[in-house]
Amino acid sequence: MPQVMDADRMSRALTRIAHEILERNRGLDELALVGIRTRGVPLARRLARALKEINGDDVPTGALDITLYRDDLMRHPVGPQPLVRRTEIPFSIDDRKIMLVDDVLYTGRTIRAALDALIDFGRPRVIQLIALVDRGHRELPIKADYVGKNLPTSLKQSVQVRLQEIDGTDEIVIEGEP
Amino acid sequence: MTTRAADRPDSAERLAGRPAPPAAAQLKSRHLLGIAGLDADEITLILDTAEAMKEIGGRAIKKVPTLRGRTVVNLFFEPSTRTRTSFEIAEKRLSADTLSIATATSSVTKGETLVDTVRNLEAMSPDMIVMRHASSGAPDLLARICRSTIINAGDGMHEHPTQALLDAFTIRSHKGRLAGLKVAIVGDLLHSRVLRSNVLLLKTMGAEVWACGPSTLIPPGLERLGARPTTSVDDAVRDADVVMLLRIQHERMQGHFIPSVREYFALFGMTPERVRRAREDVIVMHPGPMNRGVEIDSEVADGPYSVILEQVSNGVAVRMAVLYLLSGREGRDDESPGEGR
Repeated sequence: MPQVMDADRMSRALTRIAHEILERNRGLDELALVGIRTRGVPLARRLARALKEINGDDVPTGALDITLYRDDLMRHPVGPQPLVRRTEIPFSIDDRKIMLVDDVLYTGRTIRAALDALIDFGRPRVIQLIALVDRGHRELPIKADYVGKNLPTSLKQSVQVRLQEIDGTDEIVIEGEP
Repeated sequence: MTTRAADRPDSAERLAGRPAPPAAAQLKSRHLLGIAGLDADEITLILDTAEAMKEIGGRAIKKVPTLRGRTVVNLFFEPSTRTRTSFEIAEKRLSADTLSIATATSSVTKGETLVDTVRNLEAMSPDMIVMRHASSGAPDLLARICRSTIINAGDGMHEHPTQALLDAFTIRSHKGRLAGLKVAIVGDLLHSRVLRSNVLLLKTMGAEVWACGPSTLIPPGLERLGARPTTSVDDAVRDADVVMLLRIQHERMQGHFIPSVREYFALFGMTPERVRRAREDVIVMHPGPMNRGVEIDSEVADGPYSVILEQVSNGVAVRMAVLYLLSGREGRDDESPGEGR
């Protein structure tokens, strides 16, 4: 199980992304971060902290659960339903620049679901996508605006992102045969 | 039963680029016929899911696409405004196609039997049937012969599971827990399906339940369900965390169970003085429809401790949770209709 990112490199990747966000959006006006549950949420909070350290401003941060928007939800007659957790977006997203945050970008289907969910909350000026890892194998025309690390993988492998807040440690590992 | 996660095609995993969220708890049956048969994990799963559903009701667009293409039939053989509306709103918020049949306008009035009515409906392939019926056990009967998922919206004097679930949800949101609470249920215990479902649920979750009413309205065997029957409203309400009132059901009162409505109010009616015997942070509940001045004083119904309208709002979220959790349980080949519960 090769580790491809440790805590130190993860922290530096997030700091770099924070700088890129500031550069591209020319400041934090009307910016908001929305993390996709589960691990996108602590990543969004960390990015908010990094942005505050650089710029001094607080960025509103929310949590999005995409379960009810999944495209595979009702396609399998057999099996338990995935757990639904709370979506918490305690601010209006109308006319805001929304930074959507997820840990691993893979098929793109989670992001498709997240975009549908966000649009139900309002009409953002722009949505940009932040992924800590992009492992390729897209099945939909979706691309990240900010990437922590591009990671070529085979379909047989799985990428595990572990975060202090949830898993007690910061690391990214690849599991399975290449 | 335990290997179902493995049966699931891998696209769920591929969707997120990581293993699908753990489905540690799930509902064992594909029907919801009553609280009997649900364990504490299943009840907690429904209540937790309802927390997520509640947020949808606060959005500008109160709708998610989850049950798109699913058909839900609401089949009500007894009058109901609150429960039927609540189910309809829950179904629409999940994007299901819904139709509601009130029996006054249906073939039932032409003499069709329950089984024939439902077989004919089934021929049009609904995915779920939400039903209310005056006969206890009618949903169980249908669950044995139907391919559709059956949700009991109240059957006779038997059960009303979604009411008990929304009551539990409301209690939990105020008290943070169910275990260890003292809940006093006061009213017509004999005819109440709400009582049965609530006692079963609250006992499963570890609450202490006192059931209070006139001795003519206390059903035999209440102790076996785990409730403490009493005719003393003061004993029941003393230090209670929750006071739940049940309607005096005029339509079931042909048997002269109480001398008069006025006498009932004098002995059992929930007045502000009686509420004061409960804990200071007590909440007062009523499943509706209320008879003001019979089981509840208007001052109590509209008082600061009353959560009666909150119960109604929470009903939608709880029913969305039930519809969602059961929708994954349809058409299973390894389960004959009606098996499990």
